[in-house]
Amino acid sequence: MAFSLRSFVITLGVVSALASVSAQAADITGAGATFPYPIYGKWAETYKAKTGIGLNYQSIGSGGGIKQIKAKTVDFGASDKPLTVEELAKDNLFQFPAVVGGLVPVANLKDVKPGQLKLSGPVLANIYLGKITKWNDPAIAAINAGVTLPDAAIVPVSRSDGSGSTFIFTNYLSKVSPEWKEKIGSDTSVKWPAGISSKGNEGVASSIKQQPNSIGYVEYAYVIQNKMTFVAMQNKDGNFVEPDDKTFGAAASHAEWAKAPGLYEILTNEPGKDSWPISGATFILMQKVQDKPENGKMVLEFFDWAYKNGSKDALALDYIPMPESVIKLIQTEWKANIKDAAGKPVF
Amino acid sequence: MNSVSSATVSSVASAPKRPDLHKRSAGALGDLIFAAVTKGFAFLVFALLLAILASLVIGSWPAIQKFGFKFFYDSEWDPVGEQFGALVPIYGTLVSSFIAMLIAVPVSFGIALFLTELAPSWLKRPLGTAIELLAAIPSIIYGMWGLFVFVPLFSTYVQPFLINTLGNVPFVGFLFAGPPMGIGMLTAGIILAIMVIPFITAVMRDVFELVPVVLKESVYGLGATTWEVVWRVVLPYTRAGVVGGIMLGLGRALGETMAVTFVIGNTHRLSTTLLAPGASIASSLASEFTEAVEEIYTSSLIELGLILFLITTIVLACAKLMLLQLAKSEGTHS
Repeated sequence: MAFSLRSFVITLGVVSALASVSAQAADITGAGATFPYPIYGKWAETYKAKTGIGLNYQSIGSGGGIKQIKAKTVDFGASDKPLTVEELAKDNLFQFPAVVGGLVPVANLKDVKPGQLKLSGPVLANIYLGKITKWNDPAIAAINAGVTLPDAAIVPVSRSDGSGSTFIFTNYLSKVSPEWKEKIGSDTSVKWPAGISSKGNEGVASSIKQQPNSIGYVEYAYVIQNKMTFVAMQNKDGNFVEPDDKTFGAAASHAEWAKAPGLYEILTNEPGKDSWPISGATFILMQKVQDKPENGKMVLEFFDWAYKNGSKDALALDYIPMPESVIKLIQTEWKANIKDAAGKPVF
Repeated sequence: MNSVSSATVSSVASAPKRPDLHKRSAGALGDLIFAAVTKGFAFLVFALLLAILASLVIGSWPAIQKFGFKFFYDSEWDPVGEQFGALVPIYGTLVSSFIAMLIAVPVSFGIALFLTELAPSWLKRPLGTAIELLAAIPSIIYGMWGLFVFVPLFSTYVQPFLINTLGNVPFVGFLFAGPPMGIGMLTAGIILAIMVIPFITAVMRDVFELVPVVLKESVYGLGATTWEVVWRVVLPYTRAGVVGGIMLGLGRALGETMAVTFVIGNTHRLSTTLLAPGASIASSLASEFTEAVEEIYTSSLIELGLILFLITTIVLACAKLMLLQLAKSEGTHS
């Protein structure tokens, strides 16, 4: 009895010591988008092993992340959809891109191999608008010489849940099709004029597998893992490109970040001969005036480390790291925008 | 084995009784505190209910102000244009729950009947346990099973069959029109039915077992068939409990979120066919709340939550009223 009591006290002491250590170390708090959660988690794990500073990231969704950073309950918020300059100004927020994700149209067509089917932006928009309804439509056949296209109805599949993927995809369709822009627009969920919807990437992927003659859009990672039949897309320069980290990276580096106020830049329909036309960065939101400058400094140091050392982890998880030139620009913006109460830059 | 364990249980149970007798005199103040604490707990529930209702109303205020009463009958759901109406999710919630009850009530009644009246005693225990286990499966599992196993089977075998048979029947044909996509209102209803069957069955079985054997035996003695005994004796005797069980199931079906979200298709489009994808209130909340950024969007979603709250409250109130009515009429009978 005495022995067990003693060991109990010792355990209690050890546990409380551990608790206080971790409470001191887990200092950065963030909340928001679910899409970048795996890579933030991976970076946090490696960063903690190196520096002892942990990151407590709650993937509650972009909406929740924006609310929490406005209320200053977290050190940073994260959103797949960038805020406009007006929205940033209203709450005195600053945003910067952390990592890029690619979206890929995938199809289920008999005897069609990955990359064999080619589509252009306007054709894709017309499929989702319900204006092109058959696979052997002249508009599709014209850019697909040599591919056997069935005389079958196209089933467009979309995401049913609100998601950054849908925002990026509809943003692309809005840029390439004036009709889409006017009738549907772009948001994390929209009023789809045609087709069926499925929940999450896994839902869309399984719908496409089950449904012959369907087309949909999923994150790049799902294309790789499920060996799906991706579509080669025509980019702004007129070239047909296949999705991989090089074409995503090309889009990120060809984007004119310097000319985008508030770094509001969605990587769709970017120029460049190798640019993949449908990708987008996920964003970090911070208060411009830091009440606790030491916390703000830790957040920026974390992302500085991630930009410099996190590329391998990002690529392994099928995210695309930010290009070198963009990182330089982001860090200049940090110095100019994120300050403590006295107006001194925290980074 | 059984007797040994029950013996130890009873000895353990009787052990703490002895010191209790000694302490009884210290009770007056203790009783008072105890009463106050339990009263506090009870009112805590009441306060929580009011607090939830209040926060729902406050959260949905921008949407109530902007859309007013139109919110209830407008089928538009356009996050980009910031136009929101709850008709599609309300319709989806009611229809999917109705399909679920249409399937679950007769099946549960049959199971409960079999378990209490017809099953040989060696079968009663394992069957009863299996049904209780069905109730213990988390709803997310039903959702995943529904999407990955049930939906493909449904779209390749069941739905084409329904379209070719019931789809051609006049008056009901329009309910079974359209392409077989697997997901949709009917699938959601069937998954919901599977989920609520164990709840309704458990309640029905428990109340059926309360019917005094003498009552049943005497009717059997008069030459009644099993069906007559059940219909004339068991069911009237247990009416309140049966209605309660059905309402419990209905309450669960109305609010079920994860499983429905996976299979209903979550499309804000009003369609007459049950094979088309739709949306329920709970599924819209679950799938759209996280990435809803604009204030009016979140506010509209919260108003959906408020409506769901009202629907379940109305259902429960109706159930209570029905039970009161039944109790009254039973009084006049006897």
